[in-house]
Amino acid sequence: MGNFEPEIVGLCCHYCAYTAADMAGSKRISYPSNVKIIRVPCTGKVDAIHLMKALEKGADGVFVAGCLEGDCHFKNGNTRAAKRVVYVKNYIESLGFEPERVAMYNISAGMGERFAQIAGEFTEQIKALGPNPVKNIKSNHQAAGQ
Amino acid sequence: MITAEQKPIEEIIEYIAPYDRILLVGCNECVTVCAAGGRKEVGLLASALHLHSLKQGKTVDIKEITLERQCDPEYVEELVSLIDSADAILSMACGCGVQTIAGRYKDKPVYPAVNTKFMGASESQGIWAERCKGCGDCLLGVTGGVCPVARCSKQLMNGPCGGTSNGQCEISPDTDCAWRLIWERLKALGMEKRYIEVMVAKDWRPAGGGGPRRIVREDLT
Ligand code: SF4
Ligand code: SF4
Repeated sequence: MGNFEPEIVGLCCHYCAYTAADMAGSKRISYPSNVKIIRVPCTGKVDAIHLMKALEKGADGVFVAGCLEGDCHFKNGNTRAAKRVVYVKNYIESLGFEPERVAMYNISAGMGERFAQIAGEFTEQIKALGPNPVKNIKSNHQAAGQ
Repeated sequence: MITAEQKPIEEIIEYIAPYDRILLVGCNECVTVCAAGGRKEVGLLASALHLHSLKQGKTVDIKEITLERQCDPEYVEELVSLIDSADAILSMACGCGVQTIAGRYKDKPVYPAVNTKFMGASESQGIWAERCKGCGDCLLGVTGGVCPVARCSKQLMNGPCGGTSNGQCEISPDTDCAWRLIWERLKALGMEKRYIEVMVAKDWRPAGGGGPRRIVREDLT
């Protein structure tokens, strides 16, 4: 467990979190390479199925990062996304998974430091939880199938 | 539309536990509109069931398909080519769809993945409310377009009862008193006289009191 490096998917809004991640990069602020970013046009585009599929395919954690409340480029995409994140948290909890594997954050395009901080905090949180339990089983089955 | 809600996941898991190969069937009509059993929800439930079984150290084969209408034999026929590769069917349609499948594929167990709730209308995004109980003899023409059968908790034909309070039904402050709504509508339409007229006792036979109902249209058969 000590050297467990989690795989984390970050679904980031083009208008804020994605730009913030970019800014962190250009300012040479480092954040864990565990976080794989997927750019979305708005977090309102993120559906429950995207979060579920990430976990099903073996991601150890998945977060959605959208604009600050009231600042959504498309008015309320981020508040809709926040509700879906809560829905998925409850859904995976009823399946026996830790709800903390899924999270929602709100940041603005200029917050490069904050993005790095979020990426670091979430990575630590997932490290503490340990690997997604489906991961080993999936790889065992794949190995058996080959 | 007919509204439905997904069953608790624990109940669904228990139903399908004995099987390795599941055919998960959604419906493109009402349950799609009320976000209970359309293509999207089929994908979500399949993902949840995969996650659950992987956690148990197993894999389950789930085939996803969403039919145009599950309550129509011609669409249910589309499952013919898939049925042999499944041990059980999990249906996300309303009870009408589940029964159409059960009637067609007699040797396959069929389980409902949703609870069928009521005939209702959308009040706003994500909120649905009961509007009709299919009483077979519609009264809306004399009640100002507000249904006392579906919307009055006591199904009164001459309301309101003494429980009405500040325009709300005594069962809950969130429930409009149907008879308050009826009165307001009739008044707005200048039809107060309708309200004064005593309605005779309702004949409940067309409402199902006479047994299961059917419609036979000779011109269409
Ligand atoms: S009166 Fe009967 S048919 Fe008309 S809306 Fe009410 S329950 Fe439905
Ligand atoms: S308060 Fe109104 S809706 Fe409720 S039972 Fe009485 S008449 Fe019906």
